[in-house]
Amino acid sequence: MDPTQTKQGYQDYVDKKSPNSPIAKNLFNAFWTGGLICSIGQIILNICKERGFDITTSGTIVSIILIGLSAFLTGLNIFNKIGKFCGAGSLIPITGFANSIVSPAMEYKSEGYVMGVGAKMFTVARTCFSFWYFKCYYCWNYIFNF
Amino acid sequence: MNINWANVFDWMQIFKCFIVGGAICVIGQILIDKTKLTPARILVIFVTTGAVLGGLGIYKYLVDFAGAGATVPLTGFGYNLAKGTIEGVQQQGLIGAFTGGVKAAAGGIAAAVFFGYIASLIAKPKMKKQ
Repeated sequence: MDPTQTKQGYQDYVDKKSPNSPIAKNLFNAFWTGGLICSIGQIILNICKERGFDITTSGTIVSIILIGLSAFLTGLNIFNKIGKFCGAGSLIPITGFANSIVSPAMEYKSEGYVMGVGAKMFTVARTCFSFWYFKCYYCWNYIFNF
Repeated sequence: MNINWANVFDWMQIFKCFIVGGAICVIGQILIDKTKLTPARILVIFVTTGAVLGGLGIYKYLVDFAGAGATVPLTGFGYNLAKGTIEGVQQQGLIGAFTGGVKAAAGGIAAAVFFGYIASLIAKPKMKKQ
């Protein structure tokens, strides 16, 4: 029998045929691009601190600037190319979060601005918010120590 | 206003930030390459991990050590949510548990919605060429 007919056989066939991603190169690219984005953030943070904002406000300003930048790049279709090169290096910093909001927003534009963009914008990111309630164990902690 | 550029380009701090931020991204890259998780799931995993570590008070040490290297990755976003919740609880009691977290992250979320909407108004999605 043809090995591709069974599920296991097909899986082996796919594994053999699909190109192995060069892991060392990917890791290296993710490392330096991720580090670079964080360093840019650190420089913005330092400038904000020098200007006399407190640490929380500076952190928010850094997020807003990085999100704006990556939304801009996503709009120009540059972020796709960067993302292909960096892998996790651009996905894990807050730029990936912005990208996950901006790209569905652009994608669903054809369905209209209210039910398309407005409703689909958080398709990916909303899962983050729902899982965030995981940490409500902190509320329990609070109640029991009350 | 005068800016002391020596403080802005504090190379030791930027180096620590680079190492920690890079290391967090490497963990993400390993998850992408070695497992069959989709990027969306990885985003969720990172935010949740950050929130849990922030809630346990472990992530704070990393933030003190690396600055933006720990806050710019998504784990820092989760840490922000957790920190906001804790502060909310301390200030307002139980109601703070519901308002605090989103308040802390409000800047980032609002910015993402705002810029996302603008980008969707201006830009056209390009079909991916396979």
